[in-house]
Amino acid sequence: MAKRSVIPFGPQHPVLPEPIHLDLVLEDEKVVEAIPSVGFVHRGLEKLIEKKDFNEYQYVIERTCGICSFMHGMSYCEALERIFDAEVPARGKYLRTIWAEMSRLHSHLLWLGLLADAFGFESLFMQSWRMREKILDMFEASTGGRVIFSVNKVGGVLRDMDKDMLRSFVDAFDGMEKDIKALTSTFLNDFTVGSRLRDVGILTQKDVISLGAVGPMMRASGIAIDTRKLGYEAYGDLDFEIITSEDCDCYARCEVRIKEIFQSFDIIRQAVQKIPDGEISVQVKGTPNGEAFNRVEQPRGEAIYYVRGNGSMYLERVRVRTPTFTNLQALIKTLQGCQYADVPILILTIDPCISCTER
Amino acid sequence: MSLMNFTRTALKNFFSRPVTRNYPFVEREYPERYRGRVAIDIDDCIMCSLCMKRCPADAITVERDKKTWSIQRMSCVQCALCVNSCPKKCLSMERHYAEPSSEKTVYTVTQPVKESEKTERQEAGGIPEADTSVCVFCTLCAKNCPAGAILVDRTEKKWELNKDACVGCGLCASKCPKKCIEMKQDQK
Repeated sequence: MAKRSVIPFGPQHPVLPEPIHLDLVLEDEKVVEAIPSVGFVHRGLEKLIEKKDFNEYQYVIERTCGICSFMHGMSYCEALERIFDAEVPARGKYLRTIWAEMSRLHSHLLWLGLLADAFGFESLFMQSWRMREKILDMFEASTGGRVIFSVNKVGGVLRDMDKDMLRSFVDAFDGMEKDIKALTSTFLNDFTVGSRLRDVGILTQKDVISLGAVGPMMRASGIAIDTRKLGYEAYGDLDFEIITSEDCDCYARCEVRIKEIFQSFDIIRQAVQKIPDGEISVQVKGTPNGEAFNRVEQPRGEAIYYVRGNGSMYLERVRVRTPTFTNLQALIKTLQGCQYADVPILILTIDPCISCTER
Repeated sequence: MSLMNFTRTALKNFFSRPVTRNYPFVEREYPERYRGRVAIDIDDCIMCSLCMKRCPADAITVERDKKTWSIQRMSCVQCALCVNSCPKKCLSMERHYAEPSSEKTVYTVTQPVKESEKTERQEAGGIPEADTSVCVFCTLCAKNCPAGAILVDRTEKKWELNKDACVGCGLCASKCPKKCIEMKQDQK
């Protein structure tokens, strides 16, 4: 038996966008065990609910994550709308759907870039982020912010998008889709990229179920579950299929995310066609009294929100179960038995968002 | 599987113009909705301090007695909640960000007091009291109240004030068509 050694990986590591620490137990080049530790970016956002009233807290909760900030704000507001029993006007729902899908677009493009960076393909990384930049510009033009959007409120959204703006976005997507197709053919068809991704980090269906993996991590193992199919916001009116793959490896996860990019373009096009005229928000009166659960499909998987109010302006509890939290168990599973050189790719493959997880 | 898949993109980039901007020689144009730094038109401000109360980052301070409005630029998260809640619409988001600084300075604006403008502003502050014998219960005061502190029931002929919520902005008094609302200075 080879001699065992422990190599610390992170929290500061060139491949990690956010700090997570792993103690890798190695036998020669093979990882036999990985022991994670988190807690480097804990900010106490859930505790802040004691100091911020439920309206102000929307601006706190959307800072949970810099990538899916819109979806965090949206899910929090949705949960409160359930407590208030408020129905968001249809236009508000469509606008939220469009912004949510744009978030998915920019998150997946960011992930593609980071993955390319993890296997050492610098120019592919830059090309992916170049595409993402256009989406961020669209966010800036429609919401006023590039990363933190501050357009959600309990009862709807704060800003509208007129026909010209929506049309200009859809026109820009047509050009982008062509460029992204050329870009993703490198991810999916290139021999060198394939040799780094194929048969790496196998996560079987059984593992996914027992470890509770979510999002693309789960769908790449052939399980067709997508929370968007619950029909929240405007998703019930839109036509889309759940994207899955049977390969269970890193390549499959990459493929699922790439297909989801094109699916998001399609969902936005449908939403722009079907968006009705009218109000974008309703006035919510009173204070929240009661509790609500809410589930949304973020780019990284299903996020669960729990909100409890006691009839005052200050909520009693807000709890977020982020997708990365459950996917971390799957990461530990895939790391067992892998080669040391594959560790960066395997960490990236779950699309880790440590700031979300620690809040 | 194929080799040299990226070559076409690489060659295209080699002969095309750069995507990045030559900053600072070429300045970026920000979109109309860009949320830059918060600006105030102090002449229109009624010192109601709603912006201070609503600010999630506690970046704004309004001192009614000194007539000053100040903001800690480093704390501001540019959420525009103050701009949206300002009853006089005197706050706005400029289309450029706050200048970088090595110190956490506080930006303060002081309202000039003009003799001719004394009346309404000096009435502001204190809490409103309605003379219900004159009041027609038109609900204009309740509709205009930025803090939602006034409750008017037309059928019951009731005019109620939530003293804790009232910000003493005096908007109700200025909007009242019957001029039956008076700002009582000594009660707050």
